[in-house]
Amino acid sequence: MPLIKIRDLHFYRGNKAIFEGVNIDIHRGKITAIMGPSGTGKTTLLRLIGGQLRPDRGTIEVDGQNVHALSHSDLYELRKRMGMLFQSGALLTDLTVFDNVAFPLREHTKLPETMIRDLVLMKLQAVGLRNAHTLMPSELSGGMARRVALARAVTLDPMMIMYDEPFTGQDPISMGTLVNLIHRMNDAMSLTSVVVSHDVAETAEIADTIYLLSEGKVIEKGSPVQLKRSSSQWVQQFMQGLPDGPVPFHYPGKTLEEDLFNQKVSA
Amino acid sequence: MIDTIRSLGRWGLGSFERLGRGHIFLLDTLKGLPWLFLRFSLVVQQLFSVGVLSVLLILISGLFVGMVLGLQGYNTLVDFGAEESLGVLVSLSLVRELGPVVSALLFAGRAGSALTAEIGLMKSTEQLSGMEMMAVDPMRRVIAPRFLAGLISMPLLAAVFSAVGIFGGFLVGHGLLGVDDGAFWSQMQVKTDWYEDVLNGVIKSIVFGFVVTWIALFEGYDATPTSEGVGRATTRTVVHSAFAILGLDFVLTALMFGDE
Repeated sequence: MPLIKIRDLHFYRGNKAIFEGVNIDIHRGKITAIMGPSGTGKTTLLRLIGGQLRPDRGTIEVDGQNVHALSHSDLYELRKRMGMLFQSGALLTDLTVFDNVAFPLREHTKLPETMIRDLVLMKLQAVGLRNAHTLMPSELSGGMARRVALARAVTLDPMMIMYDEPFTGQDPISMGTLVNLIHRMNDAMSLTSVVVSHDVAETAEIADTIYLLSEGKVIEKGSPVQLKRSSSQWVQQFMQGLPDGPVPFHYPGKTLEEDLFNQKVSA
Repeated sequence: MIDTIRSLGRWGLGSFERLGRGHIFLLDTLKGLPWLFLRFSLVVQQLFSVGVLSVLLILISGLFVGMVLGLQGYNTLVDFGAEESLGVLVSLSLVRELGPVVSALLFAGRAGSALTAEIGLMKSTEQLSGMEMMAVDPMRRVIAPRFLAGLISMPLLAAVFSAVGIFGGFLVGHGLLGVDDGAFWSQMQVKTDWYEDVLNGVIKSIVFGFVVTWIALFEGYDATPTSEGVGRATTRTVVHSAFAILGLDFVLTALMFGDE
């Protein structure tokens, strides 16, 4: 039984459909990537799974619980078992690195400070930033901030973790570090990972299954190898990063000939 | 014409929707208050940043307002040979009116705008969403302590403003203009009623503290999560707070002193 089961998901912003009948299964212990062009609602999907947004139709079950049928307190209990890494890191800017990682422990447990210290340093050690524990978030690079956020996301030893665009805007070294960390954490902590990204190479390197989303629907799903061999032109364009194809290079509208030769003087 | 009516309707609906959101926000904030008994340290932290950091501004402003009142009051009273009533004039003006109103306006400009900017930036940098996903309710953890701190700070700041203002009036009246100090203090003591004047002033400042902190927190929480959106929200806090303070001041004054 999958850890996350999404069925017939419909979600609208105003009149614009973000999802129309999406079905996704995310299996335990696996890394599942949700990919697609910018603006397809990948981050929205994570917010729907986390219960921060409500679908207009359909269900999302996490560990057998319908997320949107839960009471406020039950939803918060479930969230203690879900980690999320935001694109910006979402570190609390008035707290040090140490206090940021200790934050969930101090909020949800009554552990003594000595034990919290040991746990926090162990988590920071896992992301390679134990010696940066006194720094403030403003003193961290983008990659370091995400690693701290990752340490914080796994502090309560969750069953799953959701990554929102973890590789965006990273230099090659930071990107390699993050790819490695996501893979290593998933295996070492028996996590289930959901990675939302449009960085094809990095995501394909670690994902067990990839769902490709576009225009509110799942266009294709499969392993990275299956998708690379797909006969769909759209999938090929996305996976190879081709500038033109089913997703046109030019913004839809009049042709160049129409614009140049049929123009009226008043225009 | 139709377009004008349509945009007017859209503006009206939008305003009502926002008002509704503001009230739901207030209800959620109030629900978070009992939890603060378990975590009062969070309120103490906010008392420092909302209240203590506003004290200097309140002290200096209160002193000057009191000194100006002393000067202006003396010039009027001396024509009637009633300059010894300067203490009454200064104390009643401050305790009933200027203390709560001016300190609330200053509070909105200093602490209110800071609260809006802080909450707005926390929203735009996903810190509030991050807390939600860590199963920490931002309404309880972030909003409620700031709300309670604003509610506690405002009457205290107004009291400080009035006290320093009266002292400023005394400095000018006695030190500069030669009003008898015994007459200044004794007349003030006799004519300033504890319930009628002081308590009504305190009620005013509690109401202003409630409204200003509510507006400031809601504007931050409801801000468009961009730098421009946070900037606009901060401006709205100061403008809306000023309207609310002055409007409510009239209503409260009419209720408290209207039948005299």
